[in-house]
Amino acid sequence: MELLPLRFERAGKSYLVSNMVGDFVRLSGDELNRLVDLRVRPGDGLYEKAYAAHLITGEGQTAQRQLLALRLRSRMAYLREPTPLHIFVVTLRCEHSCPYCQVSRQSTDRSKFDMSEETARHALNIAFESPSKRIKIEFQGGEPLLNFPMIKNIVAAARTQAGTVGKAVDFVIASNLALLDDTVLAFCKSNGVLLSTSLDGPADLHNKNRPRPGGNSHELATRGIRRAQEVLGPEQIGALMTTTEASLDRVEEIVDEYLRLDLDGIFLRPLSPYGFAVKTKAIRKYNSKGWLEFYARGLRYVLEINRTGRHFPEFYATLILKRMFADRPLGYVDLRSPAGIGLGALVYNYDGKVFASDEGRMLAEMGDQTFELGSVAQSYRSLVFSDKLLDLIGSSLTQCAPECLDCVYEAHCGADPVYHHATQADPVGMKPLSEFCARQKGVTNLLLEILETSPQDAAILRRWGGM
Amino acid sequence: MGRHVTLPLYGTAIFSRGVSTATASSVVRLRSGLDSPATSAADFKLVRSKEELQAVADSHHGVMIVSDEGLEDLPQAADCARLISVPAKFDYFSDGDIIGFQPQSGRFRTLYRRASAHNSLLVTDRCNHYCLMCSQPPKDIDDRWLLEEIKAALPLVAKDTKSLCFTGGETLTDWREFVDVLADCRDELPDTAIHVLSNGRAFVRDEVVAAWTALRHPNLTAGIPIYSAVDHVHDYVVQARGAFDETVLGILKLKDRAQRVEVRVVLHALTAPRIVETCTWLARNLPFVDHVALMGLENIGFAIANANELWIDPIDYRLGLAEAVDVLASARVNVSVYNLQRCVLDRSVWPYAVQSISDWKNGYVEECDHCIEKTRCSGFFTSGRPRRSRGISPILAL
Repeated sequence: MELLPLRFERAGKSYLVSNMVGDFVRLSGDELNRLVDLRVRPGDGLYEKAYAAHLITGEGQTAQRQLLALRLRSRMAYLREPTPLHIFVVTLRCEHSCPYCQVSRQSTDRSKFDMSEETARHALNIAFESPSKRIKIEFQGGEPLLNFPMIKNIVAAARTQAGTVGKAVDFVIASNLALLDDTVLAFCKSNGVLLSTSLDGPADLHNKNRPRPGGNSHELATRGIRRAQEVLGPEQIGALMTTTEASLDRVEEIVDEYLRLDLDGIFLRPLSPYGFAVKTKAIRKYNSKGWLEFYARGLRYVLEINRTGRHFPEFYATLILKRMFADRPLGYVDLRSPAGIGLGALVYNYDGKVFASDEGRMLAEMGDQTFELGSVAQSYRSLVFSDKLLDLIGSSLTQCAPECLDCVYEAHCGADPVYHHATQADPVGMKPLSEFCARQKGVTNLLLEILETSPQDAAILRRWGGM
Repeated sequence: MGRHVTLPLYGTAIFSRGVSTATASSVVRLRSGLDSPATSAADFKLVRSKEELQAVADSHHGVMIVSDEGLEDLPQAADCARLISVPAKFDYFSDGDIIGFQPQSGRFRTLYRRASAHNSLLVTDRCNHYCLMCSQPPKDIDDRWLLEEIKAALPLVAKDTKSLCFTGGETLTDWREFVDVLADCRDELPDTAIHVLSNGRAFVRDEVVAAWTALRHPNLTAGIPIYSAVDHVHDYVVQARGAFDETVLGILKLKDRAQRVEVRVVLHALTAPRIVETCTWLARNLPFVDHVALMGLENIGFAIANANELWIDPIDYRLGLAEAVDVLASARVNVSVYNLQRCVLDRSVWPYAVQSISDWKNGYVEECDHCIEKTRCSGFFTSGRPRRSRGISPILAL
């Protein structure tokens, strides 16, 4: 009998133990000691628990190692298709003035803050040089619809180029929908363009987070969502929320707003610590504990809704559950290791600079060029194989980073060097001080607790994991 | 149990003459006198009465008499050069059915019934497992003639047959010869789905999995049992050390080559209490198999001898089975429940419960008369020594 790789952590009176691919079992201290000493034998209960979880294997056996290898391969399969996401910042201008916004500008000067045709052309070439057979082009801003003509140009050029090189290409516009009109909708419909918008909750909360002249951000967003659902179909429009201090005790109302608008689920997101959010100290106003309470209440409320028979997933949980239950190769850029910077996404800024992530460009707006890889004049290879990017990715691997390498949750976590750089000026960071770490552990633990204690909710979570 | 009698699938002829003794077994295909012309030397006209015998007497066809009336002694029978007479209890014989007939002893077995959706062909009685609940206890004998018989029968099988199952013993015991049979299936019956029951261990060998893959059969599935997530539990059930590791590796090799695999779990007192663990393990580790069948126990063969160790009332694992099915379905694994009656299943399992019991050994009990689910229910095995759950009771309303 042999021990297979395992990780463990004390959890109250017992220990949480996981195998290489994040299957969990709970053991008592005595059981854990017997396991690592291999004082187990068929029929004692511990042997069976440990064998089914691939913590031990028999002499001369190879099937379990093969299973672990193929599952690990499946979980990391995103590495076979590097850089599927390409973010085009077609303008930095915006008609909103959100206090937490990292980047946007109130300006009418098109020449200063809009992407030029030449920049767009170069960026497209880089996007098509990436090895992925299917790429996604996401338009961001500012408010990208302020430079709608450029979006149309890029979509047309990308479709032509995709046909020539034999790649599939998807499009999404991340917009506040204030400028959504019939022309834009018709364009999206005929080109299969998805819309992604922001919805922070009920009107007063949303409008407080998102001031604009007229104070009608919520009205415009919800009208846009409804119009998009009608014209493009319910699958073609999604919404994301930003969490602020004002959101923390209103999670049920926020969820209700998503339900009211017939959206297909909700992503209860933490506030990112970048840009103006740091400047305005919004991030300091609540810590991971406050957010975890908000998240736990929200998740339980969402589960209540699902218990009535309505399928309405919470997407943060779903991301983790898809790995827990199905070893899905989720390339979600913040929750993977090797990190998703560059390998998951590239960002082409309006001014021709190329960043390793969207948060990286926000840091650059504040004078920190750590995640600036170069310019659109360069090739895909020279950007992604740059020493700068490889160092950041290589130094932050959770598979070998201090605290991460033996963390029981490692299989379901990610490196996020941008976060740790932004908060601790180091791509690895001290994990005990990391709110990212506390949040990930907290959410995963919450999911485990629900899976172990509520059969009815466990069935719902399993279903999300299998989506 | 039940008022459906199990069909007799083997017996001894009252009389026979003119059947070739060149091989141990001759394959005979039955033809109804009026409908079907005899096109093969293996074709025998079915005769049930004096009048029918009269109608075929002066033809050159073989004749199969199904009767207890002594038709073979009538003068009309004297003209039939090739004649087999079997008792009237075989009156289910009908057009297109295929019989394996051993002329030396007069013994015969029904190999294929045209009207049945559950045709399974025994490939061998030899096996390297000795499963505690084996319904077809292995024998260490030279029965390679069975494969010859199958090879002779395949060209006679109706081309529109939807599916055929090969069973054993371990079907891959003589794997080269058996792969030849599968090649014949591919060529003779291109539209017939082929289901091969195997313990999967032979696929550990590259040459076996390569030959299997090289068949490029359009619709071939290996049905392979995994009884537990834990090696010694599986090995104990199949009474073979090292089986679990090889079976899992065999499945991985088949799936690595994109071959279709069904995992089969028989539910009894050693497997049912851990069915949630087993199915959780399957969902996590083998979610790419094409089908998982969770199967109620057929109380026959070794299962009767080992009843003390194996019997568990299905009502006692009802909730575990429901969770196990949900675990697999959530992971998008295609799952079915076989051989269990709806009244002993949690209602969440009903959509997955199928009418799996072969028609020739399937029946219902008195309680079923008023049950509104009877037409969708698997019913019972009539074979072996059926045991019934204390949970059997008619479903009267939904």
